[in-house]
Amino acid sequence: MTTPTDRQYASSHEWIKEDGEVSIVGITDFAQDQLGDVVYVELPEVGRVVTAGETVAVVESVKTASDIYSPASGEIVEVNDALTGSPELINEGALEGGWLFKIRVDTLSGDLMDAASYDAANG
Amino acid sequence: MDTPGLENSELKRTPLHAAHLKAGARMVPFGGWDMPVQYAGVKAEHAAVREKAGVFDVSHMGEFRLTGPDALAFLQSVTTNDVSKLKPGRAQYNWLPNETGGLVDDIYVYRVADEDFLLVVNASNIAKDWAHLSAHLAAAGDVILQDESGQTALLAVQGPQAEALMQGVTDVDLNSKKKNAYFAATVLGLPVWLARTGYTGEDGFEVFCASEHAEQLWNGLLALGIAPAGLGARDTLRLEAGFPLYGHEFSDSIHPLSSGYGWVVKDKLHLGHERIRLPSPQKLIGLRLDKVPVREGYPVKLGGVVVGHVTSGTSSPTLGYPIAAALVNAEAAQAEAFMVEVRGKDHPATRTEMPFYKRG
Repeated sequence: MTTPTDRQYASSHEWIKEDGEVSIVGITDFAQDQLGDVVYVELPEVGRVVTAGETVAVVESVKTASDIYSPASGEIVEVNDALTGSPELINEGALEGGWLFKIRVDTLSGDLMDAASYDAANG
Repeated sequence: MDTPGLENSELKRTPLHAAHLKAGARMVPFGGWDMPVQYAGVKAEHAAVREKAGVFDVSHMGEFRLTGPDALAFLQSVTTNDVSKLKPGRAQYNWLPNETGGLVDDIYVYRVADEDFLLVVNASNIAKDWAHLSAHLAAAGDVILQDESGQTALLAVQGPQAEALMQGVTDVDLNSKKKNAYFAATVLGLPVWLARTGYTGEDGFEVFCASEHAEQLWNGLLALGIAPAGLGARDTLRLEAGFPLYGHEFSDSIHPLSSGYGWVVKDKLHLGHERIRLPSPQKLIGLRLDKVPVREGYPVKLGGVVVGHVTSGTSSPTLGYPIAAALVNAEAAQAEAFMVEVRGKDHPATRTEMPFYKRG
C-alpha cells in the first residue's frame, strides 16, 4: 500500500493531516497490520487539552493493548464515535474511515516525518 | 504505538521456521523461540479451529524420554497424578510439583510401553524441568532420561473436521481412537506418533514426527485445507476452553489447586505432597466484561479493595465479549460482581463459570 503524501507521520506510527481549521489523527496502515484484529478502542474526551507525545488513546487487538501518542499539542475537538461499535474500521481503513480523533493544533511534535522518511524507517 | 523489535538472532527456530515465513506468518519471540503469532489473523484462525480445522507448530515444546525398569516408580515420585493407571498407548495430563507448594511445570505423560514414557513439557521450562528431573534421578535406580526435543517436531491438528481430514492420509482407523489415545501411524506416508489430545477445546490430534519430516507433513496438512494457526489463536482458544497456561495461571509459587484441577492430585506419596495438599489461599475465577478487554496483571477489586489480579485476558472471538481468568483471594471467590481496574479506571466484571466455551 502506498503511504499517502498528504500528511505527516510519527515514528510511533500515528499520522496527522490538516482538515480545515483542525487536524485529523489516526494510526498508519503498517501499525494496523502489526496489531492485527482490532477489538476495542479507547478514545480521549472531547475538550481535553493534550501535549505532543502524551498517551491519548488505546487501540486493543485480540492479543495486546497499544498506547497511541498525540502527534501534536492542542485541544481534542472530535472523536471517531463509529470506532466504539466498529473497532474493525481501523483494520479496514486506518488512513481513512478508521481515524481516531480531530485536534485543534497548537504546535506539532518536532519529530514528524514525511511519507518517504516514514517508509524508509519501516521498510 | 510501540512496536517490538522484529529480529532477534538469539532466538531458537523450529524445523518449520521457513515454512511459517512462506505461509505469511508474523513471527514473535516466545519462550526463547521465534514463533508464528498469526498468519491470516487471530480471529480467522480461531474461527477455522472452532468450525473446521487448523494446524499449529508446537515443536518448541520439549520432549523427554524416560526408560528403564524404575521409570514408573521415578515418575510416581515426581508427579501428582497416578501414572500407574496409565496404560501403554494412553496419554495423561500431569503436574511436576516443587517442594514449596508450586509447580515446576504442568506436563503431558505418554506411555509408549511398560518401561518407556514420553514427557511433553512447556518450551519455556525445558531447561528448568531437565535440571529438576536430573537432580532427583540420582536416587531413582535404573532409569534413563533423554532430551529428544532437538530431533522431534510436534504439530497440533485441531477442530471438528480434524478426524475426517486426517483420515484420508493415515493408515489407522482414527474413529476407533478415543481421547488421550497415543499410537504409531503413518501420515502422508511418513512415520509418526499420534495422540488424540489438544489445547483448544476441540477434538484433534497431536502429531509427533522426526524434525526432518516436519515440513513435508506441514505442507501436506495445509494442502488438505487445514488452516495454519499461530500462537495468538492458540491463546484465545485455550482461554475460552478454560485451560491454564504455565507462567500465567501456574508458576513456581502459585498454588496449583487454585485452578480447580484437583483431580490431577491423586492419593499417593510424591515430592512436595504435603505442601500441595494444603488449601489454596487463592482461587482462579472466570470473568466476563461488557466491552473493555482486560490483560494480565490488571487489579481485580471487590468493594473497592484489591482482592486479586487478572492472569489471562482477551476479547473472546467465539463469544464476542472480553473474557479473563483471575486469581483472587479464596474468601472473595464466591462474589458475583467484581471491578477490574483498566488504566486507572474501574470497569464492572461478572464472575462466570470456566470453561467459557464448550464444544457442542
